Amino acid sequence: MASSFLSIERLTQRYPDGKGGEFTVFENASFGIEKGEFVCILGHSGCGKSTIMNILAGLSDPTSGVIKMDGQAISGPSLDRGVVFQNYSLLPWLTTLKNVTFGVAARFPQWTKQQVTDHSIAFLEKVGLTGDAIYRKPSQLSGGMRQRVSIARAFANEPKLLLLDEPFGALDALTRGTIQDELIKVWSGTDQTVFMITHDIDEAILLADRILLMTNGPNARVAESVEITLPRPRTRTTIVEHPNYYAIRNHLVQFLGERSVLLAGESVGDETHRPETVRIDKTEGAADAEPLLRAVPK
Amino acid sequence: METLSENKKAALLSVLLLLVGLFVWEMSIPAQKTVEALTEYERLTGTGQPKAGVPPPSQVVAKAWEQLSNPFYDAGPNDKGIGIQIGYSIYRVLVGYLLAALIAIPLGFLIGMSRVAHKALNPFIQVLRPISPLAWMPLALFVIQDSEASAIFVIFICSIWPMLINTAFGVAGVREDWVNVARTHELGPLKTAFTVILPAAAPTIVTGMRISIGIAWLVIVAAEMLVGGTGIGYYVWNEWNNLDLTSVIFSILMIGVVGMLLDAALGLLQRRVAYVE
Ligand SMILES: Nc1ncnc2c1ncn2[C@@H]1O[C@H](COP(=O)(O)OP(=O)(O)OP(=O)(O)O)[C@@H](O)[C@H]1O
Ligand SMILES: [Mg+2]
Repeated sequence: MASSFLSIERLTQRYPDGKGGEFTVFENASFGIEKGEFVCILGHSGCGKSTIMNILAGLSDPTSGVIKMDGQAISGPSLDRGVVFQNYSLLPWLTTLKNVTFGVAARFPQWTKQQVTDHSIAFLEKVGLTGDAIYRKPSQLSGGMRQRVSIARAFANEPKLLLLDEPFGALDALTRGTIQDELIKVWSGTDQTVFMITHDIDEAILLADRILLMTNGPNARVAESVEITLPRPRTRTTIVEHPNYYAIRNHLVQFLGERSVLLAGESVGDETHRPETVRIDKTEGAADAEPLLRAVPK
Repeated sequence: METLSENKKAALLSVLLLLVGLFVWEMSIPAQKTVEALTEYERLTGTGQPKAGVPPPSQVVAKAWEQLSNPFYDAGPNDKGIGIQIGYSIYRVLVGYLLAALIAIPLGFLIGMSRVAHKALNPFIQVLRPISPLAWMPLALFVIQDSEASAIFVIFICSIWPMLINTAFGVAGVREDWVNVARTHELGPLKTAFTVILPAAAPTIVTGMRISIGIAWLVIVAAEMLVGGTGIGYYVWNEWNNLDLTSVIFSILMIGVVGMLLDAALGLLQRRVAYVE
């Protein structure tokens, strides 16, 4: 596991509980993410997903533990790790285009102005933003368009790791669908690694190679790592016909509904926690070769 | 009337109010006899001497016409055109104001960014801010030994506070998300200050600048009355000593107009830096 592209090792986060003591959000959590993987993390509100993401982004420091990317321990934010914030976080005094060139110019300081602009426009096009919309201010865009800008800004920087914190949380179902497709389109053309928080099981199944499941906090754990054994390219309509789809979905629903509570932990002390790998594959041949539920020892 | 736009109605009403006001003013001032019209008795006893009364608006308009048609004449220390006097005042205001901005904005940044700086400097600000700028005048005259520089200092000291406090407030209130955007793009502290924090806090800062210029313009008149020599404040005082109330009223109006223009300039800047979240 030490050879993962991104490895999270014995990550612990504690906060003061306001009564003089402290409470543990998660303790000694460890997991790895491979290069080019699309990983979603699912868990109930308050279990610590955003906390993990902020630590990965370098925006906050954990109480203890290390994160290594390409074998190097990370410290502080970096252009190698792009972030799409839940509330878009566009700079309202800049136009859409300037919001993207702002990042690109920081990423590629040696480029000419023209290069920066062309590159930015190309990425805005990839998420379906063209024409005069790119010269408008964010306040003049719809929520969906703003989130597109935010995604374009992150991808245009070509970070090695892309972090998304509930990027579609505030969008209606239709817009969500379109932007999910755009996200996949942009991502599949690259070797970028994506780590995304979501509350939406179907979204996670559609997008992810692997889903990490967290138990409820405090003392939350990343309990399982569920492989999404659905072939790509996936579409909303075809994946539901795949034999694995409902099996995976039921497993996730069952986890979030019951086991996330049952497994909700007491302090685990010094133990290192690695998620149990779950592989569900009901396609012919695979079913005989592999058990339905397989715990892979680390 | 129904068909007129709101703006036209308002303009019409303004003009009407002005005319009524001027009419009432003009009418309420008893006509003064000219020297030729006085009886010999009145001339001898002096009872008919034209007194320094409040002049009617027609006289003020005539004065304004006379002054504004040659605003920059210079006929010695006590007789300069209104343009020159206002020029002196604006010059002092701008120098004091810009010096204040030069200090208040960077210092406000520091206070807004650092809680320690805020806590350390706050007591000084709280004590110094409520001091009437004119209270500094004797001290300034004594220390600086120069009336011109003292007037500028008084402008400096009165315009620094709103800018300082608003800058600190604006900078401290910049949304953390935007700062995080800067951080994830690995912007250095200086780059972050100029490309994220400054534009984010600009509306609040410019509001402070607008308040400051207003105060500076209020204070310069009083300051110039004290230090004398030149400037619109001195002009008002000088004309009062000459019992030339027409000039006094005319210059009061000019003070109002220039103050309005200064405020409008900052208002323009305010609109330029405004943004919608
Ligand atoms: N700065 C902080 N100080 C104290 N407690 C904090 C702080 N930040 C987060 N927490 C606590 O840590 C826990 C995890 O918070 P976090 O924001 O990571 O949850 P989350 O899984 O992202 O939830 P959601 O799905 O609602 O976004 C919560 O109980 C929260 O109250
Ligand atoms: Mg969260």
